[in-house]
Amino acid sequence: MSRYISNNIIPAIKTSGLTKTFGDTIAVDGLNLEIRKGELFGLVGPDGAGKTTAIRMLSAIMEPTKGEAWVAGHSVISEGETVKEKIGYMSQRFGLYEDLTVIENILFYADLYDVPKKERPLRIESLLGFSNLTPFQDRLAGRLSGGMKQKLGLACTLIHTPEVLFLDEPTNGVDPVSRRDFWKILYDLLKEGVTIFASTSYLDEAERCTRVCLMNKGSILMDDNPAAIKRSLGLPMFEMWSDEARKAAEIIKTVKGVHSASLYGNKLHVAVNSRELMDDIIIELGRSGITIRGHREILPSIEDIFISRVERQ
Amino acid sequence: MKLVRIKAIAKKEFIQIWRDPLSLAMAFLMPVMLLFIFGYAITLDVNNLKTVIHDLDRSSLSRELIAGISASGYFKIVDYVTDQKDLDRYLDSGKALAAIAIPADFSESMARGRDVQLQVIVDGSDSNTATIGLGYISAAVEKFSRKVSRGKGQQLIDPRIRVWYNPELKSRVFIIPGLIAVIMAVIAALLTSLTIAREWERGTMEQLIATPIKAHELILGKLLPYFTIGFIDIILSVLLALFLFNVPLKGNIFLLMILSGIFLFGGLSLGILISTVAKSQLVASQISMVVTFLPAFLLSGFMYAISNMPAALQFITHIIPARYFVTILKGIFLKGSTLNLLITETVLLAIFGLIVFGMANMKFKKRIA
Repeated sequence: MSRYISNNIIPAIKTSGLTKTFGDTIAVDGLNLEIRKGELFGLVGPDGAGKTTAIRMLSAIMEPTKGEAWVAGHSVISEGETVKEKIGYMSQRFGLYEDLTVIENILFYADLYDVPKKERPLRIESLLGFSNLTPFQDRLAGRLSGGMKQKLGLACTLIHTPEVLFLDEPTNGVDPVSRRDFWKILYDLLKEGVTIFASTSYLDEAERCTRVCLMNKGSILMDDNPAAIKRSLGLPMFEMWSDEARKAAEIIKTVKGVHSASLYGNKLHVAVNSRELMDDIIIELGRSGITIRGHREILPSIEDIFISRVERQ
Repeated sequence: MKLVRIKAIAKKEFIQIWRDPLSLAMAFLMPVMLLFIFGYAITLDVNNLKTVIHDLDRSSLSRELIAGISASGYFKIVDYVTDQKDLDRYLDSGKALAAIAIPADFSESMARGRDVQLQVIVDGSDSNTATIGLGYISAAVEKFSRKVSRGKGQQLIDPRIRVWYNPELKSRVFIIPGLIAVIMAVIAALLTSLTIAREWERGTMEQLIATPIKAHELILGKLLPYFTIGFIDIILSVLLALFLFNVPLKGNIFLLMILSGIFLFGGLSLGILISTVAKSQLVASQISMVVTFLPAFLLSGFMYAISNMPAALQFITHIIPARYFVTILKGIFLKGSTLNLLITETVLLAIFGLIVFGMANMKFKKRIA
C-alpha cells in the first residue's frame, strides 16, 4: 500500500463515467475527473448540482449506479473500506456528537482510526492548536459556534493524517472571519501534501482553490484553474451602478450584442461583444429614463463566468 | 475486529446515555413501572365479588350458609332482597355480579335429608370472573353441607385437592415471573432499536460510516452498554418480584441470571436489527413495540396456555423468544428447575440471539442508499 503514497503517477482521485441516479433523476452524470496529489480542488455549483452525491461516492459511503472511481489508488466500489482508511470525510451536516465534549469527540475518532497511543498527545495538541479549540476542549460540541463546530469537524477528520480530504460545503453558514480561518487551515494542510476536495456554494471561495470545477445538473461545465476560468469568457465585462438596476438589466438584455447581464444589488455585470456597445447601452437606458451613475470595465469573477455558463445551459 | 473501536463505541454510548436524563430514566424506571403496574393490575383472583342474597327461607340454617359464604372473603354481600325483581335489577344494573337465591324449603329439606337446590346466578359477561366466582360459591356451599351433615353418620366424599407450585393459587405468583419475561422482551428491543436510528436522524451516522469501523464492531459496541442496562433491569425486576410481590425463588439465582443474559443478547440484537431497517426513531420504536409486546404478551404462554391455541398459532409461538424465557423464568422461580430441564429453551434462545445478531450485521450497510 505504501507504494501508492510514494508513487506520484497515481492520481489522488480518478473517476471514470461516475454516475448516480435516484429513480428518474440523474444526480451525477458520467463524471470523468483526474485530480493530482496536493491539489486543492474546488467543486462549485448551485444546490442540487450533484456535489454532495459526488463526494459521497468518492468517500465510499454511497454506491455509484455506473462507472468507477479510485481514491488514493483504491477502488471506491471494491475496496471501499481501504479507501476509508486513507481519507478524511466531513459531511455537509455537522456529524459529530453534540452531547460529547470537544476532546471526547476527537478521542472517539482517534479510537475509530486506531491512531497509535504514542502519537496522540502531539497530534491532538496540534489539531486543537490550529483550530483554536484548546480553550474549549471540555465544552460540549453542541455549545460551540457554527465556525468552531466546523473546525472541530475538521480536527476529527484529520486525526489519522489522511491522504485525501473530502469536505462537503465546509463553510456553509459560517461567519466570514471563521471562513477565512478555515481556509488558512486548508492551505497549511496543502503544504503538508494533503489532497483536498472541497465543495462550496460560495464562489469567492472557489478562487482560493488551485483548481475549480463548475458543476450543474450532474455534469461538469468547466474544469480549470481559477485564472484560466476567469479568462474563459473572452469578452469584455463592465460593472454599472444604477438605482433601478433591476429594470436596467431587463432593458440591457434586449440590446443586440449583449452576452449577459447579471444583478448584484444595485450593481450590474454586463458582458458585451465589443466595448463600443457600452455607448449604445447607455443611450438605450437614457431613453427609458434610467440613469447610470457610472461604469467601468472589470475582470470577470468566477461567479460571473459561472452565472453566464449556467444561464447558457 | 479491533477491540479499541468496540470500546470507543461502547464508551461513547455510555457517556451519551449518562448525559441524557430522559433516556436514563426510561432505561431504569420503565421496567420497574411496568412490573409495578402490570403486577398489580393483572390478577386472576376474584375478591369482594359483589353479591346479592334472596333468602326465602329466613331460617337460622340459611343465615349460617350466608355467613359461611360471606366469611370466605371472596364475596361482598351488597344487599338482601325480598323480591325476585329486585334481584334481577341488581344484576341488570351491574351493581351485583352474583346472586344467591335460597328456596323457602331450604332448612326443612336439609333436615329431612332431601336434595336442596340453591339458585346461583352469575354475570356471565365477564366470563373469567363468573367461572372463578362459581367455583368459590360451590366450594363454600360444599363446605357448609359437609359441616351440617356431620354427626349424622353420613359418608361424605372428601376431595383433597392439592395444588402444586402455587399452593395458594395466587395468580400473581405465577404472573410475575412471566411478566418479567414479557417486560424484558419489550425493553430490550426498545433500548437498542433507537440507537442506530438516532445516529441516522442526527446525521452522525454519515460521519461514522466514512471511518474504517466494521459493522460488527459498531453493533457489538452498541450492544455492550445496553446489555449492562438490561442486566441491571433484570436484577431490579427480580428484586421486586422477591420482595414486593413475595414470589418464591425455588431455583438457582445464578442460573436465572445467566439464562437472562442469553435472552438479553437476542432481545437487544433484535432492537439493533430493527434499527438498521427503520431509519427514524419513531418508526423504530413502533416496530419494536409491535414485534415484541404483542407476541410476548399473547403468544408466549404468559397469559394464555399455548396448548389451548389453534395449531397454526401454536406453531408461530416457536419463533417467539419470550415463549422460552417465560418457561425459563417460571421454571426457575416456581419449580426450582435446573439447567437440565431448561436446556431446550436455553439452546433455542441462544440460536435466536445468534441468528438475529448475524442478520443485524448483514443488514447494516456502511452506505447511504
